[in-house]
Amino acid sequence: MNYATQPIQTTGQIELPAWRSRVLFVLLLAGLATLLVRAVYLQGINNDFLQQKGDARYGRVVELHAHRGMITDRHGEPLAVSTPVESVWASPADTAVTTRQIIQLASIVGLSPEEVKSKLKDTSREFVYLKRQLPPEQAARVVKLGIPGVSLQREYRRYYPGGDVTSHLIGFTDVDDNGQEGIELALQAQLGGKAGSQQVIKDRRGFIVEDAGSMRAPKAGGDVALSIDSKIQSLAFREIKQAVERNRAKAGSIVVLDAKTGEVLALANWPSFNPNNRAKPSVGVLRNRSVTDLFEPGSTMKPFTVATALEAGKVKPGTIINTGGGQMTLNGRTIHDTHPERSLTVGQVIQRSSNVGTARIALGLSPEVFWRSLNESGFGLATGCEFPGEATGKLRDYKTWRPIEQATMSYGNGISVNLLQLARAYTVFANSGELLPITLLKQEVPSVGVRVFSDTTALAVRDMMETVVRPGGTAPLAQITGYRVAGKTGTAHKLENGKYIDKYVASFVGMAPASDPRLIVAVMINEPGGRDYYGGLVAAPVFSNVMGSSLRILNVPNDAPLDNVMMAPGEVVGEEV
Amino acid sequence: MARLNVLLLIIVIACALGVVTSQHKARKLYVELQKEKDRAQQMDVEWGQLQLEQGTLAMPARVERLAAVQLQMQTPHPRQIRYIRLESGMVTQP
Repeated sequence: MNYATQPIQTTGQIELPAWRSRVLFVLLLAGLATLLVRAVYLQGINNDFLQQKGDARYGRVVELHAHRGMITDRHGEPLAVSTPVESVWASPADTAVTTRQIIQLASIVGLSPEEVKSKLKDTSREFVYLKRQLPPEQAARVVKLGIPGVSLQREYRRYYPGGDVTSHLIGFTDVDDNGQEGIELALQAQLGGKAGSQQVIKDRRGFIVEDAGSMRAPKAGGDVALSIDSKIQSLAFREIKQAVERNRAKAGSIVVLDAKTGEVLALANWPSFNPNNRAKPSVGVLRNRSVTDLFEPGSTMKPFTVATALEAGKVKPGTIINTGGGQMTLNGRTIHDTHPERSLTVGQVIQRSSNVGTARIALGLSPEVFWRSLNESGFGLATGCEFPGEATGKLRDYKTWRPIEQATMSYGNGISVNLLQLARAYTVFANSGELLPITLLKQEVPSVGVRVFSDTTALAVRDMMETVVRPGGTAPLAQITGYRVAGKTGTAHKLENGKYIDKYVASFVGMAPASDPRLIVAVMINEPGGRDYYGGLVAAPVFSNVMGSSLRILNVPNDAPLDNVMMAPGEVVGEEV
Repeated sequence: MARLNVLLLIIVIACALGVVTSQHKARKLYVELQKEKDRAQQMDVEWGQLQLEQGTLAMPARVERLAAVQLQMQTPHPRQIRYIRLESGMVTQP
């Protein structure tokens, strides 16, 4: 019909064939039915598939990083902190890069252009790290280059402000932020967070527009406050380092304990390493020697022998012991003293560190009693600090002891300890006979000790140990201006292939102020290579410096006049080793 | 009847529009929330870095070196230290 040329007829009804309306109706109905079927198909039958496709286009699962907890010292100074760094990765399949860009990229990430090229060579791969853990500023420069296919990924890296001062104690984490050594490993469960995930809807520009639920909240790791005091730690580290270098020794360790609470205030070793430097040093340097290395304590054992005899009522501090002119033969072996005496009092046995005297006292004890008091003082047992790789030392069953072994054990041969264990054992003398549990974590509640000796015994032995640092004792160099000191030297031959050789371990364990001990410091110098190797000459000065400064840092009042340091004319009394 | 239907229709349309706008608003707010969360995280990161920096600068070994070399300070001899014992009444509690 041509409406333009033929005017519409307005006269009367236009007759249309009835089938036309019917056809139209059926067509419309068919159209509607099609839509209905399609709708049912999409909404009902095929829904899952379509939903999936839709989610794949804009739904994303976002990984939520869980922060690793911080490690601090007892005053909240950070010792290990995680901060974000960026890792540069590329998808070689999509990377379009010019030679100039490769050179620029290589110089930013610190690789040679060849290395970058070889990483990008395998175009079948979709993910290669170009460089992990770059500081954010460098990463920003990589982004500026605008190379397609090169992107950043946020990661976290652990930093240790203390560097080599705290490295053995804190340990370190691997590149994925899991603890590998030290406290980082021991407290992994507490420090490490649990990464969460979240389903979200993202728009075209990558913004998250809606939280699509099914979220697992990230659980951040907890912070840990150690019992360490940064100042004392730094001091102890400096002193042990100097002592090892001065004496040309192989290694050295030092432990500072709070004598009242059993908290470890400092624990340091030399040689050490810087944990911020990713180039791993040799295994020997990584070892926390004060906990994982065993040594024969030598004369630092003598106070325990004497205390056991006092406790058992076998001797009194003034009892005269026949030292037989500095020689004694037992089971075909001879025990010597460097300064032969006919007889010494029990107190002098400690002061002059007489082997013969100690052996005589020990032989008056039943093996079982002696063993029990050593065992109760923590020898041969774990210290309970839960440091990974702790060596517990060896205290043999008394049933297998021969008399000569009981005698040598009384002055610290044939028994092995780690330095922390030895320092802990001395809490019995500092704490009126009670052995304290020790800990590397800051304690809020006072710890409860276990009684080993009576307080009279502990006090008597402490008095004897005070004479050690006086003129005539083995360690006048351990004296401290203004404080009374009680301590004991140790010098032991090293064992090599079951034989004692002419290499030594020099040690000193002491407490101050002796009137009411606040700190215990244990020093161990392994194989001093200089002229001196006596504990009283090598280890005692370290003790004096660290103890004196620590007491002043802690504002401990003086318990002696300021002119208390007295040096004997002539040489320091050497001890038998 | 017809009037009621029209009224209901209008209400339905109004409700539908309401749903759309509130959905839109919710999304906008969510984006806002995300931005704030990002900012919070950024600040967290910065806090960590500052803490680290402070820790590094305040390391006892460094402080000691600066005090000794730059400021020419020295540890007082024990004789130069005077201890003052606190007696009751010397400290006023705030």
